[in-house]
Amino acid sequence: MNPSKPSSDRVKELMDGLEPAIFENAAFTTPKPLAESTVAILTSAALHHPEQPGFDPRDTSFRKLDPKRTDYRLGHWSQDIDQVGFGIDYNVVFPIDRLNELAADGTIGAVSEVHLAYAGNQFELEGIRLDSGPEGAKTLLDAGVDVVLLTPV
Amino acid sequence: MSTLAHVLEASGLATITLGSVKGQLESAAPPRGLFCDFPLGRPLGKPGDTKFQHRVLAHAFAMLQRTEHGIEVFPDVISDQSEVLSCPMPPRAESDDHPAVVEARALRPAYDRTIARFGERMGAFRLMGPDQVPAAIATFAAVADGAAWKEAGIPGIPARVVQDIRGYYEAAAVSLAEHTPSAFEATRWFQHETEAGRAILGAKQQMEAQGAKPGLWQYLTTGAAAD
Repeated sequence: MNPSKPSSDRVKELMDGLEPAIFENAAFTTPKPLAESTVAILTSAALHHPEQPGFDPRDTSFRKLDPKRTDYRLGHWSQDIDQVGFGIDYNVVFPIDRLNELAADGTIGAVSEVHLAYAGNQFELEGIRLDSGPEGAKTLLDAGVDVVLLTPV
Repeated sequence: MSTLAHVLEASGLATITLGSVKGQLESAAPPRGLFCDFPLGRPLGKPGDTKFQHRVLAHAFAMLQRTEHGIEVFPDVISDQSEVLSCPMPPRAESDDHPAVVEARALRPAYDRTIARFGERMGAFRLMGPDQVPAAIATFAAVADGAAWKEAGIPGIPARVVQDIRGYYEAAAVSLAEHTPSAFEATRWFQHETEAGRAILGAKQQMEAQGAKPGLWQYLTTGAAAD
């Protein structure tokens, strides 16, 4: 690790070394044209609406986010993320206004009526891989989603 | 994040995954990954910059044309300049309470202004509300001054309590600053320049000295704003 780098870059270097889940024979879906596609956002920023329960550490479930609201709370537990950017402009994590603009100009077909938030910085990924991930995928497919933009924090 | 991309793709959804940690993106190998060398917490790069955010999205959605897995690199880099916010502090009332407690009370109008302007997206809402923040700071100040951490009345798991305190201070800083803070600029201010930050650092050192488990004290400060 290079001590002359800013401390936040050193944290990123530490994260570089985390072991990911390895997917042999990973799937690849070819979408229909973007201008005909319904797009959703899935974020690992642990966003939630005020009346929804926040995320405990090790919580692998998801919350549904309503794109017509703007009261998104940042529930991520990591101390090593900047939260001021999101506090000023939620689009820097959850670019819902940008998607609405892209739908209005015809770049994308439509913005999904449902978006999902999970809590990142999980070390046990099995619950996501086998349970809440497939459940989230079904939720999006049931909402007619074709394309998903995944945003971390 | 990339695990979810693989799961969604296997279900028939096309995905694009943004990532700010290149090695992690490369090793987890989501079907389409866009490495954006931006500070953690700002995956679209620049708050309030619509044009820039659209450039990131345009690159991301262009990756749907790919016919095979791959990682691409967004050309712009946003570097952390290690800046520390310069914040004019509001006047503090005369009080015998700990200076960190008096400071926190004085910041309340600034906190309220930020929440009124932007909504309660950041701030104190995880374990406590803003009304409880000064009393929570008092518990850390007591530990910093030598009280036994288990008996100081910290109102929850210490690191979680600190997240609400940090959120309170950073929300206040947004109204006190004269510009949009760069990533971690307000965190460095909170951690290094405020009475509350000093009290929490002191409590961290005391908890370590008192033999608390590392997991209880090591996350009281933010590594990303360590210096």
